[in-house]
Amino acid sequence: MYPSAFDYSAPGSLEEALATLAELGDEGRVLAGGQSLIPMMKLRLAAPGHLVDINRVDELAHISESNGHLAVGALARHADVASSEAVSRHNHTVASAAPWVSDPLVRNRGTLCGSVAHCDPEGDWNSVMLAVGASVVARSSSGERVIPITDFVVDFFTNSLDPGEMVTEVRIPAYQGPAGGAYLKLERKVGDYATVGVATHLVLDGSGNVAEAGLGLTAVYGHNLKVTEAEEMMAGQTPGPELFAEAAAIAASACDPDDNVRGPAEYKRAVVAEYTRRGFAQALALARGEG
Amino acid sequence: MQITVNINGAGETRDVEPRRLLVDFIRSDAGLTGTHIGCDTSSCGACTVLLDGRPVKSCTVLAVQADGSEVKTVEGLAEGGELHPVQAAFKEHHGLQCGFCTPGMMLVGSALLEGNPDPTDEEVRWAISGNICRCTGYMNIVTAIQAAGGEGS
Repeated sequence: MYPSAFDYSAPGSLEEALATLAELGDEGRVLAGGQSLIPMMKLRLAAPGHLVDINRVDELAHISESNGHLAVGALARHADVASSEAVSRHNHTVASAAPWVSDPLVRNRGTLCGSVAHCDPEGDWNSVMLAVGASVVARSSSGERVIPITDFVVDFFTNSLDPGEMVTEVRIPAYQGPAGGAYLKLERKVGDYATVGVATHLVLDGSGNVAEAGLGLTAVYGHNLKVTEAEEMMAGQTPGPELFAEAAAIAASACDPDDNVRGPAEYKRAVVAEYTRRGFAQALALARGEG
Repeated sequence: MQITVNINGAGETRDVEPRRLLVDFIRSDAGLTGTHIGCDTSSCGACTVLLDGRPVKSCTVLAVQADGSEVKTVEGLAEGGELHPVQAAFKEHHGLQCGFCTPGMMLVGSALLEGNPDPTDEEVRWAISGNICRCTGYMNIVTAIQAAGGEGS
């Protein structure tokens, strides 16, 4: 299988990449890890006129912690995220999701930012980002925007970038006090899409109550789903099995899974509930330093 | 566009279309057919090569992206007529059945052992989890990779 013909540039700096994207407008498409884009082009589901390959823009390969957030650059591969000490120290949800993304070979090449921008409803990262309250840094030749993830994920394979803009970084709030999280994924085999994925995030206040809860679901809705109703219900409450069971019931009714080769809808709904309970229990243990 | 890829220590310079896949550059342009095409959809790992030392699926990398990079294929494992320890161990422990997945398995195994010369059973299984053996003969593959690690240490 071969992609249809396209033009190709491989800029050596971010400035050059942004200038090229500005010139190309709708025709331009950023190529980072290519682990979703190249297969889609081979299947002729995507046919960009011009690929702007950012693999030579070394300044985008960073994973760093500053100003209260973790910054993951557009060239940081899933494997880099999985092995990052800064990530494992500052966000358990991100750290636990990284080894579940696709398979080891794809993780060596694919990028977190690329996956976020791709907005595949069955992709793992956007559920994590919705749960932890990440933001996306978008740059163009005319400036920079910081977009909350809830505004960035618009729909099925649709983000809110404008033509000429690219994702340069994803910002994830770093833990400031007692906090924890988990990403639980059911998959038939390594490299398959999730049957169900559940991202949980929990921040405790000084008295041990829930200061902030995050819940994101993968592969059970038309896009990655943030379960706002459960998050709001949990705020200020005492964390524990009863509260988590209540959140699980909300999550199970908020999702709308399909019957497909990965299982019937009712089964997936049951997994959503169970993984929500387990995920929050793990998040709580980590937040209390018992993990 | 003109690109030069260093494959197993030798520079391969060609004029290629941007859409040329790395796997075809290796097999058809460089004539190294040890790298196999299995699923062609980034699932099976038969086309695994080491790109600047990291295992990747060469059916899902453009040849132009490898311009200036080092690629190692199965043909580059043996040195000076001596089998690589992973190759010797695959032979000794029958780490192959039909052989189709073998180049990818050996490259992933060699990359794992570079950073972890004494991997556990679970670590080996994790490392090869992106490579599919259609004969389902993973037992001997795992044994062979561990044996090769033992020899090197």
